[in-house]
Amino acid sequence: MKPTNISDPNYFHKVVDCQWACPAHTDVPKYIRLIAQGEFSDAYMVNRESNVFPGILGRVCDRPCEPACRRTRVEDKPVAICRLKRVASDHRDDITARLPKPPSKMNGKKIALIGAGCASLTVANDLLPLGYDVTIFEALGTTGGLMRTNIPQFRLPPKVLNEEIQYILDMGADLKLNHRIESLKDFREKNNFDAIFVGTGAPKGKELNLPGRYDSKNVHIGIEWLESVAFEHIDKIGKDVLIIGVGNTAMDCCRTSLRLGAKNVKVMARKPREFFKASDWELEDAEEENVEIIVNHSPKEFVVKNGKLIGMLFEEIKYQINDDGKIESSDVIGEKIIECDDVILAIGQDNAFPWIERDLGIEFDKWDCPIVDEVTMMCSLDGVFFGGDSAFGPKNIIWAVAHGHEAAISIHKYCSQENLEERLPPGMNLTSQKMGLHEWSYSNDYDGSERRLMPHVDLKKRFKQLNIEVELGFTLDQTVKEVERCLNCDIQTVFAANLCIECDACIDVCPVDCLTITENGDEKDLRTRLTAPAENLEEDLYVSEELPQTARVMVKDEDLCVHCGLCAERCPTGAWDMQKSTILLPKAKDEAESSPLKKVSNI
Amino acid sequence: MSYISKPKVSHPKSKKNNIGLKRRDYEGVVSTLCAGCGHDSITAALIQAVYELAIEPHRLAKVSGIGCSSKTPAYFVSQSHGFNSVHGRMPSVATGANAANRDLTYIGISGDGDSLSIGMGQFAHVIRRNLDMTYIIENNGVYGLTKGQYSASADIGSKKKKGPANQQKPIDPVSMGIALGSTYVARGFSGDKEQLVPLIKGAISHKGFGLLDIISPCVTFNDNPESTKSYSHVRKSQNEVVDADFVPPAEEILTKYKEGEAMPVSLHDGSKIVFRKVDKNYDPTSRAGAYSFLRESQAKQEIITGLLYIDKEADDMHESSGSSSIPLSEISYEELGPGKKELANIMNRFR
Ligand SMILES: Cc1cc2nc3c(=O)[nH]c(=O)nc-3n(C[C@H](O)[C@H](O)[C@H](O)COP(=O)(O)OP(=O)(O)OC[C@H]3O[C@@H](n4cnc5c(N)ncnc54)[C@H](O)[C@@H]3O)c2cc1C
Ligand SMILES: Cc1ncc(C[n+]2csc(CCOP(=O)(O)OP(=O)(O)O)c2C)c(N)n1
Ligand code: SF4
Ligand code: SF4
Ligand code: SF4
Ligand SMILES: [Mg+2]
Repeated sequence: MKPTNISDPNYFHKVVDCQWACPAHTDVPKYIRLIAQGEFSDAYMVNRESNVFPGILGRVCDRPCEPACRRTRVEDKPVAICRLKRVASDHRDDITARLPKPPSKMNGKKIALIGAGCASLTVANDLLPLGYDVTIFEALGTTGGLMRTNIPQFRLPPKVLNEEIQYILDMGADLKLNHRIESLKDFREKNNFDAIFVGTGAPKGKELNLPGRYDSKNVHIGIEWLESVAFEHIDKIGKDVLIIGVGNTAMDCCRTSLRLGAKNVKVMARKPREFFKASDWELEDAEEENVEIIVNHSPKEFVVKNGKLIGMLFEEIKYQINDDGKIESSDVIGEKIIECDDVILAIGQDNAFPWIERDLGIEFDKWDCPIVDEVTMMCSLDGVFFGGDSAFGPKNIIWAVAHGHEAAISIHKYCSQENLEERLPPGMNLTSQKMGLHEWSYSNDYDGSERRLMPHVDLKKRFKQLNIEVELGFTLDQTVKEVERCLNCDIQTVFAANLCIECDACIDVCPVDCLTITENGDEKDLRTRLTAPAENLEEDLYVSEELPQTARVMVKDEDLCVHCGLCAERCPTGAWDMQKSTILLPKAKDEAESSPLKKVSNI
Repeated sequence: MSYISKPKVSHPKSKKNNIGLKRRDYEGVVSTLCAGCGHDSITAALIQAVYELAIEPHRLAKVSGIGCSSKTPAYFVSQSHGFNSVHGRMPSVATGANAANRDLTYIGISGDGDSLSIGMGQFAHVIRRNLDMTYIIENNGVYGLTKGQYSASADIGSKKKKGPANQQKPIDPVSMGIALGSTYVARGFSGDKEQLVPLIKGAISHKGFGLLDIISPCVTFNDNPESTKSYSHVRKSQNEVVDADFVPPAEEILTKYKEGEAMPVSLHDGSKIVFRKVDKNYDPTSRAGAYSFLRESQAKQEIITGLLYIDKEADDMHESSGSSSIPLSEISYEELGPGKKELANIMNRFR
């Protein structure tokens, strides 16, 4: 293999598994170390830089970082990254003075954001400090989008939501509530915006058109029902409730039902458990509340008698699953009516753009979704950008934020008449963490503690009101333990081949057999010839230049390194060093610094 | 040395040996030797060898003298027996222990100072007794522990980091071992584990005295290029005469060796050593041949490594003295003490 090019920022970024997996690339190890030092406000600001809503995300993020966490590979459970984010948020001081401020002079560019969900709010967050005149048009009488209308208050308290949205609005956004845009054509003709961002989400709940669907008032569409609950239009439900579908919306529906008076709630899944879409933790939380999850039942008919829903007919299915864990075939082995008072459909969401005319120059794909560029977030009509659920279908908050950052860059470049594709490349700083002979600037000793469990409000108490937040947040002791579980994946092992005398000290001391000195070869071959075979192809091999004495190479399998620094401590010549990689991912403000906005005429 | 100890976490896929232990179960406390010391690499090779041989830790005894090298027993197999004895006197302690319990595996760790200076007499006699043990000399050409004075193995003209070059003739432990009749003689290099691990396994499986001279650079006092015991010098001058593979008892010898090129030798425990002759003129079962070959290569200033001599037929100490096949430590006190009358009989035999 060729020597690894560690000056490519992506190389070390990939080693920081959590940051790499986070759509907004939050610098997780950095904020965890700040929490460890008790610097909660700093930790909050590090988060905010990337993910904009640390308090919200510290509670309800989909956490793609956690399954990626290195800890899941060396032992069982990931670091409680999300929970620690909440610690930073809950314990921060007033940080308003540290927020970006709009400049005294605007730059004269007017931007419209349609929808006041997290995607639009991120764009506003990035553009307002650059002097843009930002107007947000929201159909509802309130901000936040699905975060407010669909994520129940027992998971996300309105106070947390309001606070973080207000930070952005206070930068000077012009918010127009109760302003549904009914026609993009009209909107463009009547207004004079330099760019338009569409952050209208995926607002349509999927239907289940089976016999009996429209014969009763007790069949609800999940996301509409949750919205009605949020706006207090609905405040009760029957005793026996069936939820159809087993994604995260289903979990919110079943738990909300329990708080509106339901006694027996069953979540009906068509497939076995390993095929569920809901996150493990959401399933666990629902099951803790005694929600019954019934697998292998496919809905067939709503059973309605005398205009009253009395139950639902299901087919019981048996699946043949092959060795790869995939479903090979299925058979119907019986039918069953399960009685109920209400059915809530939670089988997915669709995009819907009835308000975008199809002759504006915006191309739509076969699912009737706009075709959006994955890098620039612009559609085929110049100056119109998409982000969040509206861009590529329903995802989650952190993806919407990531889209928002990219769209903000594009909008800035668009307004500066720059090529949208020529974006600033990522950068990286590397700094040695050596403080003394055996001293590092970070806590390098491996802590074998198990993941801390989130304390919950007592089962008896939590159903009394809809808005009792169930998760209490980590205690001080839990925080102190959990921060030590982080493996500091951003403290990189950096190798200088010219210094190595091939004494093997690093290889012998490495607790997880990461290192090998061997003859070079192609990657496939090298992977089999290491101290421990490198079987995880997702993780790179770090291959050195030829070593001075034998012309062999040092190979490091990045897969399991616990960043203990022992290789660097044991090396007599300092050939290994532990250096912190700071990945610099450009935002709109960085683009603005490198290219002052040129005056251009309005579109 | 390091301030933190090696984390307990290990590679999740690390394999277990026949007795259900992982390699890391054979580790000892974290080394306090200088970072990069060759001795630590030898420790790693020892851990690998005893792990692969699936030795039960409580059936292993580690003995040593004094020196950086002699600190090694602390750094491997914590769950075994150990005795850090007096400078140069490890052979006596090993002999005593082996006399009392012949069933344990004995690994002695010594240095060039410990064996070739103060302990020379003991070293010669333990060879002569053909004590069933593995005897490792971690050879760095200096007294590391006392700050790097030249030892008896330093070559003429070899120069350590500070001070003048050495002027006195070296004692070569391998030539000594062959001359004194050691029944298994090998030389290795701490920087070449691929060669070293089978050599250690062979010595442990060999019944009788297994001598391993292992060049082990002292990074702190003697690893400059002008030293003949430095990493760079050894790498330049190393010549592997005989490549030996170790094949454990249960395993078949794979047919990867070409006929005429390989020579399997069975050991007493059923394991085999397969010699692959790198040098056609070399016969590792001929003591005279081995000795003269060594002399020739010394003249050429080559460092010969590999398994240089083996005699698997010679009787070990217990066989030649006809001692009990049951370890003395397992015989009851009543049985072991002959009693007054029998003792008088024995004494009479010598009158
Ligand atoms: C029940 C449920 C639970 C969820 N739980 C989580 C979770 O725990 N974690 C997570 O990360 N994600 C969760 N999600 C997904 C997450 O809420 C969305 O991915 C995210 O809110 C998308 O943000 P957005 O800004 O793209 O759109 P939205 O949040 O959907 O916001 C769009 C906004 O645009 C407005 N709008 C729409 N059309 C117009 C128009 N024509 N004119 C003006 N305004 C308009 C809407 O009223 C809305 O306020 C959940 C989703 C659901 C349905
Ligand atoms: C009876 C006695 N004499 C002298 C010493 C001092 N001493 C300690 S270690 C040592 C030499 C060790 O050299 P070596 O065996 O080569 O070990 P190394 O440190 O080089 O590994 C000496 C002379 C001693 N400890 N005891
Ligand atoms: S920091 Fe070095 S010694 Fe520690 S796990 Fe990583 S490679 Fe191994
Ligand atoms: S410890 Fe340092 S000198 Fe020794 S092999 Fe490792 S990198 Fe090379
Ligand atoms: S002084 Fe030399 S022999 Fe002793 S530990 Fe240090 S490097 Fe090893
Ligand atoms: Mg020595």
